[in-house]
Amino acid sequence: MGTQRAKLLIVAAILAAYLYVVPHSSSFVVLLATRAMVFAILAMSLDILLGFTGLASLGQAAYFGVGAYLTAILASKFHFGLGWDFWLVVLAGMAIGAVLAAFFGLFAIRATGVYFLMITLALGQCVWGLAYRWNSLTGGDNGINVTARPSFGLDLTNERTFFFLVFGFFVFTLVTLYLLVQSPFGRSLTGIRERELRMQILGYNTWLHKYIAFIIAGAFGGLSGVLWAHTNGLVSPETVVLTTSVDALLMVVLGGAGTLVGGAIGAGIVFGLREYLSTLVPWWQYVLGGVYVLTILYLPTGLMGIPARIRQGRGAAKTTPSQSGKGEKLASVPTV
Amino acid sequence: MRMNKRPFRALIALGVLALGAGVAAPAHADDLRIGFLAPRTGIFTAIGTDMLNGFQMYLDEHNGMLGGDKVTLIVEDTQGKPDTAVTKAKKLILQDKVQMMVGGLLASTAYALGPVSTEMKTLYIGSSATADDLAQRQVAKYPYVAFSTWTPSLPNHPLGQWACDQGYKKVVAFAADYAFGYEQLGGFQQSFEDCGGKVIQKIWVPLGSKDFGPYIPTMKSDADAIFTLMVGPMSLQFPKQLRATGNKKPIVAGGTSYDEFVLPFMGDEVIGDVSALMYSAAIPTPKNEAFVKRYRSKYNKVPSYYSEGNYSTAQWIDEAMAKHKGKFPGPVEFIKTMSSITLDAPRGPVKLDLATKSPIELDDMRNPIENVYIKKVEKKKMFGYDKDELWNTVIKTYPAVSEFWHYDKAKFLAQPVYSRDFPPCKYCE
Repeated sequence: MGTQRAKLLIVAAILAAYLYVVPHSSSFVVLLATRAMVFAILAMSLDILLGFTGLASLGQAAYFGVGAYLTAILASKFHFGLGWDFWLVVLAGMAIGAVLAAFFGLFAIRATGVYFLMITLALGQCVWGLAYRWNSLTGGDNGINVTARPSFGLDLTNERTFFFLVFGFFVFTLVTLYLLVQSPFGRSLTGIRERELRMQILGYNTWLHKYIAFIIAGAFGGLSGVLWAHTNGLVSPETVVLTTSVDALLMVVLGGAGTLVGGAIGAGIVFGLREYLSTLVPWWQYVLGGVYVLTILYLPTGLMGIPARIRQGRGAAKTTPSQSGKGEKLASVPTV
Repeated sequence: MRMNKRPFRALIALGVLALGAGVAAPAHADDLRIGFLAPRTGIFTAIGTDMLNGFQMYLDEHNGMLGGDKVTLIVEDTQGKPDTAVTKAKKLILQDKVQMMVGGLLASTAYALGPVSTEMKTLYIGSSATADDLAQRQVAKYPYVAFSTWTPSLPNHPLGQWACDQGYKKVVAFAADYAFGYEQLGGFQQSFEDCGGKVIQKIWVPLGSKDFGPYIPTMKSDADAIFTLMVGPMSLQFPKQLRATGNKKPIVAGGTSYDEFVLPFMGDEVIGDVSALMYSAAIPTPKNEAFVKRYRSKYNKVPSYYSEGNYSTAQWIDEAMAKHKGKFPGPVEFIKTMSSITLDAPRGPVKLDLATKSPIELDDMRNPIENVYIKKVEKKKMFGYDKDELWNTVIKTYPAVSEFWHYDKAKFLAQPVYSRDFPPCKYCE
């Protein structure tokens, strides 16, 4: 698997370059990079479901939301999580995301396809409704301000220091999820995506495998929420709203589902266009919309599918193309 | 070997990106740099345009100078989302090095920008965005924030009193289900019930509802009047549907239900409806008349309170900067100077009675004290325009109203912020 190793090297090199270039850029770029990375974690967690298990979820913002609200409530009401106990909050955030996913999974996992989409959408909106209505806990429409960032030897109010912290979590998520999808368990998820019935006949409890994948995605969704509360300094129902789920889904599709780093690339592009380009030109929405449409039309495997397409194109020049089915296309998706 | 080149290509791409990002607009030390935050895309774009037009008009009328200082106005799009507002505010501060941020539309934006201003020690003047709690109980947390136009419950305390004075005893409330709605109804309910009235029912409709059919029949029939608080397109639909059911009860409403942003698009069914706000385009003063005419000839629209609020905010910055001879003194000093100025804004009365309180001034909570106008929709010719149009005719003026109305400030602050459950609906059964 020489190419696999080369791909890992490329990712590592890009990450190293990123780690070097961003802190030397302007403060605003650091800020955007930090925000994009938090969403990259969310997008990667969703990719476990969408790209590897074949479950398109529209409720990922729910776990993002509970993680963020947990952090904000602990910080604003109990002054908890502003020192070393921040790491406890990180664990708690992942736990609450996992617990919520475990609960929602009971309803959602039995459904597939568009029904799964609808159920996760509905469950996600339940969390939004709670955030909007449970005034005494969530502050309702006004949300909760997180005015202080944790400090434990590091001064996280400094955007650059905070960038490194989020970068650490980003790499942690990338590595963990990569190991997960490379494990036999991850392979079984891919098997379920390709043909669930076959996996069942082979003796796999596919429901359980999907359920566990759902919980893991929830846990990392919760983690991104914890980071978002401190990145943004404000948690409101807007954080949990449907568009956050849709954004995450679009990021994954844009970058390339089933590739993990695709979600990160998608997050970078969406944030770059929506928050950076919009400071330069008023017609940024056309660019973002154009990128979406062109990707869906010409790159169904996302931006990460470009190398594979180039290779296919070269291969086609030599031999006759053998584009027969959907399965082959999916199989040509790189795994990193 | 082909593979190994890719990291370098990526590096180059990243480098180019970083270079592009590093090119910030050059900051001239002697310019006044103002960051203006308003929705420029999304469903609130039109209101954002009204806000920006107001501010821009003042600048244009003063050759782009405020307080003798050349102004660099940098407009950023909040997209109507609080999270984006945070990013854009930080961009304005970090990259554009603005001395102050102005604008914001939704209460959620105000809540998002408060902490940013504290963290970055940068002045934020909420010229449209406002929220009760931010302006009252949490004011100490945000020392660099000032609200130049209003707080949500401010016009509704007088409205409650006015409704009571009309002899209305029982009122049904019909309001948008979000914080701004709670604060508007809360203000009305408190003063109305303190005067002896009763709010006998509260119907909360989801923000953005376009069909009130399911809600209107649930309204109790023994009310003397209806309080409504609608926002945007909701404002257009509600009176139409209500009157279509044959309901002829008088309406007393929060300002946004009938402000000049929606009024031109309304039908004759709204004639006679009453609302309260600190601005009406029909304030019969020469100053306002001149303002309306200038604005209308420039933008082909009657100014809304969004336009007027931002116009007068620019005027306020102008006068405060003039006192500092065009040198920005820092946020705290600037707010102090602002509060020492009595602003003669288009919405203020012409006759300045210096013996009483001035038309607009900031109290020590950094919120305006200003006239509140009770307005009735009438169809008439106004200011020499030759067409019959709907105007918010002022029928009563409550001068120099503060956000605490006649209440004792300490007592008022001791009660919780107006919400879905406060004040409690004592007379609902």
